[in-house]
Amino acid sequence: MQATDLERAWEIAESVPDPELPMLTLGDLGILREISFDDGRLTVSLTPTYSGCPALAEMRAVVTGRLTKAGFTAVEVRTVLSPPWSSSMISADGRRKLAEAGIAPPRFVPMQQPSPVPLTLFSRGPVVECPACGSADTVRTAAFGGTACKDLYRCLACAEPFEHVKEI
Amino acid sequence: MPFDSAYEAITEENDSQRWAFGTGFTDPLAGVDTNVPAGVDGADLAAYCLMLGDDALIMSHRLQQWLARAPELEEETALANIALDLLGQARLLLTRSGAAAAQQGRPVHTEDDFAFGRTERAFRNVRLAEGSDRDFAALMARLLVFSTWRLALLSHLRDSVDPVLAAVAANGVKELAYHRDYAAQWVIRLGDGTDFSRERMAAGLTAVAPLVPELFQPTEIETRLAAASVAVDPAALRPEFDAVLDTVLTEATLEWPDLPRLAAVSGQSGRDGVHTAEMGYLLAELQSVARAMPGATW
Repeated sequence: MQATDLERAWEIAESVPDPELPMLTLGDLGILREISFDDGRLTVSLTPTYSGCPALAEMRAVVTGRLTKAGFTAVEVRTVLSPPWSSSMISADGRRKLAEAGIAPPRFVPMQQPSPVPLTLFSRGPVVECPACGSADTVRTAAFGGTACKDLYRCLACAEPFEHVKEI
Repeated sequence: MPFDSAYEAITEENDSQRWAFGTGFTDPLAGVDTNVPAGVDGADLAAYCLMLGDDALIMSHRLQQWLARAPELEEETALANIALDLLGQARLLLTRSGAAAAQQGRPVHTEDDFAFGRTERAFRNVRLAEGSDRDFAALMARLLVFSTWRLALLSHLRDSVDPVLAAVAANGVKELAYHRDYAAQWVIRLGDGTDFSRERMAAGLTAVAPLVPELFQPTEIETRLAAASVAVDPAALRPEFDAVLDTVLTEATLEWPDLPRLAAVSGQSGRDGVHTAEMGYLLAELQSVARAMPGATW
């Protein structure tokens, strides 16, 4: 019976949408680390993405709210800092959903060490495929975007501007 | 479900405490084990986290002052993102400081108590963080120095024996790498640009150079904690810092100005709570709402 409750809690928690990228669930994003169910108490562990990301408070509130409505009376959401989140933790499903929403998913290159200082001006930035037409002929137009996790690109083939989830 | 306001549409859980997206400020270390590790001096650890937290908080505030002042929308977005990353680091570090101090029997201080309740003398940030900038080039000079120094510092801090500090550093390193890249690109662009942009960029370096030696001057607290593998001895970061600056400035066709350091006051500077005249004005703005309405939540 407990295993069933735990599975139900996982399903509810991992289906909560990211408030800033609502096409993704917490499960897709890879920030849901652990759920334990002990003596009627449910403990959910979430990992923040960026240090200052304001979405975490929202996620915490929604996870707690949905689990409480589902009948879990004692719910605690904990922060887990280590190991840090990486864009490589976004699932295959999550990458597909991002691309379908017109946002280029991150490449699989976790940045372990600080990168060397870039010295080339007018560089195109890392090669990112256009989510509209698939061309790799794209150029980075800004290193920071509308949320902490994205930068801005433009496709030179189809001329479409698009967002890209940064590799961290 | 129909919504009367945009806030309701994006916030699923509404109550009087959380009236808008992102206003539910909860302890950023909720559920994290903040016990001071055995063998680590809790008072020193609290003081150290306060230094690093204040650096981030004050630099973030200066960056926020650039909003609606940056030359282009893209740059404004970049500065806002960098400010947000640093504010996030500050929240974690100030909270860690409060938790470590509370275990020494001191009164519990939250991140808000630290940010809004202290007077100037109690802030421990380096003086580099608090300066205002005459123009965008001056900001880029300061951001290059700040992010290069802090990236080197946090890179080493990932090995701290305090797991909380190590985890905050591990996340911060990824963010700071982007900040440094951004500043380096602008220093090169402006330095190796027109006569005017080059003159402004050189002036920016001149403004920031006297504040650099302080970054590498260890306090007694840092020396003690570095010996215990908790902290990083800032003096050890100088070669790494110099190498990065040298690479960027060579590309920017600029030279590092050889200027005397900004003097300490009776041997005291930012880490001792002795700041420049600009700090008072910064805090007056930063703390104005909290002081006008003590205890208010929003």
